[in-house]
Amino acid sequence: MADGALQEPILRVQGLKMYFPIYKGILRRQVGEVKAVDDISFEIFEGETLGLVGESGCGKSSAGRAILRLYDVTAGTIKLNGVEIAGMKGDALRRQRPEMQMIFQDPQASLNPRMTVGAIISEPLTEHRKLSKKETLARVFELLDAVGLSRDFVNRFPHEFSGGQRQRIGIARALALNPKFIVCDEPIAALDVSIQAQVVNLLEDLQEKLGLTYLFISHDLSMVRHLATRVAVMYLGKIVELAPRDLLYNDPKHPYTEALLSAVPEADPTAEAGRDRIILEGDVPSPAHPPKGCNFSTRCPKVMDICRLKTPEFKQLDDGRHVACHLMDQ
Amino acid sequence: MLNYTIRRLLFTIPTLLFISLIIFLLLDLAPSDPTGNLPLSIPAEVREQIRQSLGLGEPIHIRYYKWLVQFFINEPLNIIEQMFDITIGDGDRLRVTSWSTRSPVVDLVLERMPQTLWVVGMSYVVGVLIAIPIGVYSAYRQYSWFDQTGTFISMVGFSVPTFFTGVLLIVIFSTIVPTDSFFWLPSIYDTTHKVTDLASFGFQIRQMIMPVFVLGLFNAAQISRYMRASMLDNLGLDYVRTARAKGLTENVVLLVHVLRNSLIPVVTVIALGIPQVFGGAIITEQVFKVNGLGHLLIGGIEAADIPLVQTLTFIFAVLIVFFNLIADILYGILDPRIRYD
Repeated sequence: MADGALQEPILRVQGLKMYFPIYKGILRRQVGEVKAVDDISFEIFEGETLGLVGESGCGKSSAGRAILRLYDVTAGTIKLNGVEIAGMKGDALRRQRPEMQMIFQDPQASLNPRMTVGAIISEPLTEHRKLSKKETLARVFELLDAVGLSRDFVNRFPHEFSGGQRQRIGIARALALNPKFIVCDEPIAALDVSIQAQVVNLLEDLQEKLGLTYLFISHDLSMVRHLATRVAVMYLGKIVELAPRDLLYNDPKHPYTEALLSAVPEADPTAEAGRDRIILEGDVPSPAHPPKGCNFSTRCPKVMDICRLKTPEFKQLDDGRHVACHLMDQ
Repeated sequence: MLNYTIRRLLFTIPTLLFISLIIFLLLDLAPSDPTGNLPLSIPAEVREQIRQSLGLGEPIHIRYYKWLVQFFINEPLNIIEQMFDITIGDGDRLRVTSWSTRSPVVDLVLERMPQTLWVVGMSYVVGVLIAIPIGVYSAYRQYSWFDQTGTFISMVGFSVPTFFTGVLLIVIFSTIVPTDSFFWLPSIYDTTHKVTDLASFGFQIRQMIMPVFVLGLFNAAQISRYMRASMLDNLGLDYVRTARAKGLTENVVLLVHVLRNSLIPVVTVIALGIPQVFGGAIITEQVFKVNGLGHLLIGGIEAADIPLVQTLTFIFAVLIVFFNLIADILYGILDPRIRYD
């Protein structure tokens, strides 16, 4: 998607910040904040899949939820189809919900245990569409067909299904209102490897058929390589590198991306034996107290003096990718 | 579910028999004397004769057996006879009879039941109706002023005994407030009062306010805490986020998704609390002179009226076992994840 600049993006996020306050003490005063998402900007174009990768706790899920306005964002703008939704509240926001949906990580916990599959899938329809009972049921059947579930399942409860089936229910629910943009929040992380492929193939098929746009959040780098058009790498609340897939996987620029990619195991044992792993020292700093300067400066193998003083800018390089690193200035 | 219920019901038979034996043995061990309240002028031989005539001379297993026959065979037969107006056999059997009043215990219970159900039952209903909205809102606005105040009030309601709040209310509303004031409330519950028109209905309400409030506060304190805790458990779950992502209104998210799931444990707690209603609130009934079941039980204990105490306690035990079963079945009905078969 090198000519992406010509198209109007379906989603444009600018300077998004999501801080969670920390309360302590008897009077529960606010003593600080967890900077889960700290000033990220990116765009997603229609029909593409943006992979969002990073290790646990780097803020990728928070970013996904903030973009869908499941949280009240601290700062920044989110433009979906040209509509600014970052500051929306109440009913206005509710009316935007059909445009954007989410597929959740844990298919067990994200489905209401007391509702039947039919009720789970049809609820958004009764809320946002004026359909007769018959039409609603027809739509539920259509969705069940689309995700490869039997129509007989409408009256069953979520606990009667396997993990993969439940995730299909979750996908059917997300698709109910014909959204254009879907955030997939680690949709395969809770599934068996054999089921993961099925669900990913289903997501791909649906994208092709319905022209969906995905923000695919994952820590599974190989899966993202398979699915994504472009990939964004997050570290401690910030996007450190954003590039087209092949560029990022073949020639990572940011030291963190390099380290992350070097951790992906090879299927070929000889290649695996000769693999150069970059082992990072230490732990991820707390997002409540990020280090001064570059967030990665405490663990970066190529750290320089300036990294500990100045936060690097998120700059576009000549080949179209964005990187936030002082090395790029040299 | 039906098989499960039948199996559980069969299990209750040995359970209840065992409970009745324990109650019987405990009462027998207690150093009580049914002639203890009689005038001192009655000589010892006469007292002994009275004890013999009450059947206390028989060995313990005979007395227990006779109580079993009276309670499990004679009383039900008697109820059937009265219901269908027929005579089974010669119609002459020994019923469980109170020693102090010489009247059948079951009749006494039926006589006292309405007052208890009205006052204590109403307080339970009021308590539940207050507790659920408070619990829901406290959880939804956790740590807000409303929640903190609710926590404080339920702590007070839970820890201050009813004999204190009861007497406090009597002091305020029956003595300090002048008798002709609108806010004056009677301190004694008049059981003989009959509701015939609007004015007498008004009086019935007035005399119920204080006992119902005292007990209702206590019940609400307990149930609102359960409700709040259960709501908090559910509010943090993923399906709530799913519901919000669907674009439902906050009311639907809260009242349809979260409340329905949170009510599962609360409904069982409420069901388990119902036998206490039948047991009557012994202390509160005493404070407001409501002559309900609690009052009857206290009277029976004071007079060493063993058949009365034995039968009443056993009826409470039956209710507790029965409502335990109901709570378990409700759980199965409300939570589709729980299946008993």
